[in-house]
Amino acid sequence: MPAKASRAAFGEALIDLAATNDRIVTLDADLSKSTMTAKFAKAYPSRAFNLGIAESGMIGVAAGLALAGRVPFACSFACFIVGRFETIRVSVAYTNAPVRLVGTHVGVAIGEDGYTQMGLEDIACIRSLPNIPIVQPADEIETKQAVAYAAEHDGPLYLRLTRQNLEPVHEASYRFAFGKADVLKPGHDVTILATGGTVWNSLEAAKKLAESGINAEVINVATIKPLDEDAIVLSAGKTGRVVTVEDHSIHGGLGGAVAEMLGEVMPTPVKRLGVATFGESGDAKGLYTKHGLDPDGIARSIAKFLNR
Amino acid sequence: MANSDLAKLEAIAREGRVQIIRMLTHAGSGHPGGSLSVIDILTDLYFNRMRYDARRPTWEDRDRLVLSKGHCVPAQYFCMARAGYFPESSLLTLRKLGSPLQGHPDRMALPGIEAATGSLGQGLSVAIGMALGLKLAGKGSRVYCVMGDGEMQEGQVWESLMSGPKLGAPDLHLDNLCVILDYNGIQLDSFVKKILDLEPVVDKLKAFGWPVLDINGHDIGQVDKALDQALATKGAPTFVVAHTVKGKGVSFMENDPEWHGKSPKPNEAVEAIREIVGEPTPEWAAPIIAELQAMEKKRCPPRPPAPRSEKR
Repeated sequence: MPAKASRAAFGEALIDLAATNDRIVTLDADLSKSTMTAKFAKAYPSRAFNLGIAESGMIGVAAGLALAGRVPFACSFACFIVGRFETIRVSVAYTNAPVRLVGTHVGVAIGEDGYTQMGLEDIACIRSLPNIPIVQPADEIETKQAVAYAAEHDGPLYLRLTRQNLEPVHEASYRFAFGKADVLKPGHDVTILATGGTVWNSLEAAKKLAESGINAEVINVATIKPLDEDAIVLSAGKTGRVVTVEDHSIHGGLGGAVAEMLGEVMPTPVKRLGVATFGESGDAKGLYTKHGLDPDGIARSIAKFLNR
Repeated sequence: MANSDLAKLEAIAREGRVQIIRMLTHAGSGHPGGSLSVIDILTDLYFNRMRYDARRPTWEDRDRLVLSKGHCVPAQYFCMARAGYFPESSLLTLRKLGSPLQGHPDRMALPGIEAATGSLGQGLSVAIGMALGLKLAGKGSRVYCVMGDGEMQEGQVWESLMSGPKLGAPDLHLDNLCVILDYNGIQLDSFVKKILDLEPVVDKLKAFGWPVLDINGHDIGQVDKALDQALATKGAPTFVVAHTVKGKGVSFMENDPEWHGKSPKPNEAVEAIREIVGEPTPEWAAPIIAELQAMEKKRCPPRPPAPRSEKR
């Protein structure tokens, strides 16, 4: 399977799902070519609504559609979705309107457009709302199944998607299960919890660590909320060291969620890898290197964390 | 509308005003001014207009009301209680711990509330989405959105004003949507004109593509006629600009920004209710007045006579 952006896999999955679920509708705020719903709009013109560059209004309309029994996917860049937090907070979350919020273009990996277009705080924002789960798939096969799940989920949900292509990390037989983390590579020296665009890099980092005799366990955390506590505690109990890897602020993202949970359930040293500053323009590869999210950088940080 | 029907609705609205004052006095906080300005509009919606079944609040074919100016929900709670959604005695639990009658409407707490509102400026977009969703589902239900004039200052409102008349075109125009503006001219801090004037609001709405009706929001006959006209308008949603008086019905509250978000003390409530119901006090209002007088007595007990100093 060739590498594919999760936003592209999302766009394809929606068209397939819409054939058998006529309640699915899409909403966009002038970014449908980027969120990959443009093809859906072509296939189902009467079920795709472009609200213009008006994200608050779009999210409010999505809430109304959901309350009237439709299955709306409200799409924009992740930063613009959570930029309308107050509308999400009241009209989606508190109202419990089953809106599927879709944030694309997450992290520094979007590259050249720079910080204003990078979704770097979206997980932190959405995590603070009691009833909105967060799902971030790691490759095409997982994305398509996550979208299918989102269409059926009973309540609001946030789907976090990448602009960049993602190398496959799952076999064709993989089955996504909401709320479950999946062990991609077993190990016993350290637990690497990765999500989205950094999962493949973490697997590569594990290979490098193996060269220096460190056997890392790599777990893909596709459901960031609710966290798969059992799987994480089981692995952390075995390894005694946990590293989180995400293309998101190190504050309040996967790393924050894991540290909070382990701090209460089973205090374990945790190292959070992610973005600690604003983003900036540059090529995606260069930015990953700068923020230590490339395989070398991840491996280096982990070796240091383990004093090896 | 027949005169007898109008008189019936006016009587309900009068009772609503009394219950609003009573509820807020018991709660010790809340928003009387806007609740009193919107009650005539809500009375027509609940008792002469909307299709609903209070025993089945989620009935699919019901009409929907989104009270975007969520702080005035006491007026809606009164209507819902009188319509049979819940017992009238629950009105006195407003704003109390554990009550489904939240300070601002909570859809999950109280069946019959269609959307959580009170974070101003969001209700219109939600109502537009509902109207579109009902059209997509082939339902004939209507959506009513009641807005405040202060919240017209929110940017999200203007996003929705731009999209409302165009969304769903060409086959699913939102002519099942009617927006009613409770234009009482006052917001929390002061007069709307002083803070951020909306005028010329009718011209603005027309320029955005809305058919606009300009009415007196305290004349239930006019409200009802406007809603008839909205029903007959095809191909676009309708916007009704309803001119109202903040605090309507209680002279010391009328047109005074102070009464935007302050509950009356029991003695003030008695004075307000006496003015609303007039002389002689109708039978149904007497126990409410007595109850509030008792509250006042508890709050400010009459001073006991000074103890006589004993001579030695």
